Amino acid sequence: MQRLTSTDQLQSLQRRLHDQAGPGCPTLVIPAGTCGRASGAMAVIEAARDTVRERGLTDSIRLRVTGCHGFCQMEPSVLVEPERTFYPQVDAESIVRIISAVAEGKVLDDLLPTDPDTGEPVRCQEALPFFRTQVRTILGRSEHIDPTRVETSLAAGAYSALAKALERGAPSWVLDEVQASGIRGRGGAGFPTGVKWGMLAKQPGPHGKFLVCNADEGDPGAYMDRSVLEGNPHSIIEGMLLGAFATGATEGIMYVRNEYPLAIEHLNLALDQARALGLLGNDILGSGFSFDIAMVKGAGAFVCGEETALIRSIEGKMGEPRQRPPFPIQKGIDGKPTCINNVETWANIPIIIGRGADEFAKVGTSGNAGTKIFSLVGKIRNTGLVEVPMGTPIRAILEEIGGGPADTAPIKAVQTGGPSGGCIPADRFDLQIDYDSLAAAGSIMGSGGMIVLDEHTCMVDLARYFMRFLKDESCGKCFACRKGTQRMFEILDDIASGDGTPEHLDLLEELALVVKDTAMCGLGQTAPNPVLSTLRYFRDEYRAHIDHKQCPAGVCKALITYSIDADACKGCHACVRACPADAIAGEPKEPHRIDPAACIRCGACVTACKFQAITVA
Amino acid sequence: MSQAIAATSETDAGTVLGIVAKHEGAHGALIAALEDVQATYGYLPEAALRLVAERMDTSLVDVYGVATFYRAFTLKPRGRHVISCCLGTACHVRGAAGVVEEFQRQLGVEPGETTEDGEFTLETVNCLGACALGPIVMVDGEYFSKVATTGVSDIIEAARADESQPNEQVA
Repeated sequence: MQRLTSTDQLQSLQRRLHDQAGPGCPTLVIPAGTCGRASGAMAVIEAARDTVRERGLTDSIRLRVTGCHGFCQMEPSVLVEPERTFYPQVDAESIVRIISAVAEGKVLDDLLPTDPDTGEPVRCQEALPFFRTQVRTILGRSEHIDPTRVETSLAAGAYSALAKALERGAPSWVLDEVQASGIRGRGGAGFPTGVKWGMLAKQPGPHGKFLVCNADEGDPGAYMDRSVLEGNPHSIIEGMLLGAFATGATEGIMYVRNEYPLAIEHLNLALDQARALGLLGNDILGSGFSFDIAMVKGAGAFVCGEETALIRSIEGKMGEPRQRPPFPIQKGIDGKPTCINNVETWANIPIIIGRGADEFAKVGTSGNAGTKIFSLVGKIRNTGLVEVPMGTPIRAILEEIGGGPADTAPIKAVQTGGPSGGCIPADRFDLQIDYDSLAAAGSIMGSGGMIVLDEHTCMVDLARYFMRFLKDESCGKCFACRKGTQRMFEILDDIASGDGTPEHLDLLEELALVVKDTAMCGLGQTAPNPVLSTLRYFRDEYRAHIDHKQCPAGVCKALITYSIDADACKGCHACVRACPADAIAGEPKEPHRIDPAACIRCGACVTACKFQAITVA
Repeated sequence: MSQAIAATSETDAGTVLGIVAKHEGAHGALIAALEDVQATYGYLPEAALRLVAERMDTSLVDVYGVATFYRAFTLKPRGRHVISCCLGTACHVRGAAGVVEEFQRQLGVEPGETTEDGEFTLETVNCLGACALGPIVMVDGEYFSKVATTGVSDIIEAARADESQPNEQVA
């Protein structure tokens, strides 16, 4: 494809590609993001390609390999267009049957998912409970795009919003629209994006101004950004182009965590493609406006998700945060004005400009416009990425979309906001998901991680898990954070190991409040949140560990004993075979016994036992 | 440190200086250069770090600062196969800690260490972003999902039997 030198050329190319794609043609859409690949999607794709070719169906059945669609645990999955039939957990054999069926215009009922309420097969993706109530403004777009082929992005409308803005010609129009939309930063702090952009626009920038896409996504358990980066990289480039046009930024940087190799690959491809088309570089589409984007990889440091640490990392230094003011907007990379926004924020910008601020603001609630993508993971039946309007109650996400608990144990709490966040207990599940409601409940929205916990999750162990993470990730610059997180971890470890005392709880709380008050950056200031939140809602679990040396959830190894119920045990020896520590003994057909001194509490016996004869208490 | 110094003879000045030149002038050049050095040698040899510091006109202490600050970098040689266990929150609540312990038990090393025979390095990583499928273990760039403690020995044996080019790690 040739370099485009005007918005007219872009639009006619888009039209041509859209028509060529043959919108009505039967297409197998197979998600192959990182989780799709981890599930075996590549083998399915290869089998599909071979089958279509061998049967001479290449002109009648298309194959589109995309990024994540969101129903991750069902992958490898196949979505058949245009009917939108959804086949879950497809393998190399069933794809062959599916292709035959598609060639004959049929649907294979035995391979369809079943509606949990009616027991009937569900044909259309939109009818599935997981998808039914979602508003997939951003995630839905990944279905139409092969992230390695820019033609598919263009056919789906990529860069239309940019063309619209350039045709209007006024950067202030873009700025006004983003401000009117009410969008707040999706990285977690929720600062109004339009206000931030306005500040950057006002900055004098004789030596240049920077825009940064923060693709560090450091919260463990959150992978919303990964799916957009892998599945729709051009949407981020377009968002940044619009941002540069609006604010006068001259250089862009995408800072991507190195743990996302596929995202880095697709972004680099997309950047090259955009440059070749003249969408990045000088005199973009003949407008006179110039902008380019460089890729900088992270190297594994949670703290680099914090603005000032991220800037230092881009400068090639240790990612230590610094004092603010001056804020990055005034003095950022190399001392120049810098505006940093999250991946999901950037992905929303073309939608705001394309649909209009008023349309955008219709979704969500007052002060919380638009949709938010959450990674719904943990002890929930339907795990994956879900996109809902801001203001949706937690219960709706867990029950309607998530399908309720994964096992028989009821859901105890959800953890939001990653290591900077807190937990919301089950009796508060009517809470609406928005920035302010979550903060009032002692948590934060964060980047969108939503970890579901049940009765088999120990809240003390969870607090210890987060504190171990935070003490390792603390940059070490501030005494309060460096020593405070370390001591809080040690106290939690003592409590979980059965060495806790009542005084520990007071000390833990006092430390938590001091660290919160005195740490210099967001990491330290929010590090106590998981502890404070679990103490607020689950103090009884802490007391059980301290006063009774018990772990009610059956998790903390020092406090639990595995034992075999002699009445239920059939003496089948399965546990003996599974035990890596030779801790179980028994005669065949006689009740077996676990030696508590030898037992390493790995749980292999529980998995192996078919008679639920092993209890953990 | 002795292992790093012993590797001096392996470090080719031309290669290292070529890496530095490739990233010259780019944002985050030092970090990108160290990533390439590690991709070439499997770790960051002291000799390479000295060359990088000299060529980039940066103090050695600043280079070591970066090399030891970021989790992706290692100053010690790694094994033929790198096993990375994800310790993200979703993986944790599904029992990832138990999986790591089982790898420790079977390989006889702690996370961050390499087996005596130089075959396996065991590491933990904070989140690979495949959270719906946890616990996740990555071996030489290949993902294993829903790993249970009972599946650990199969993963180790499969890696041991794999003769193809090792060590395509995340960093």
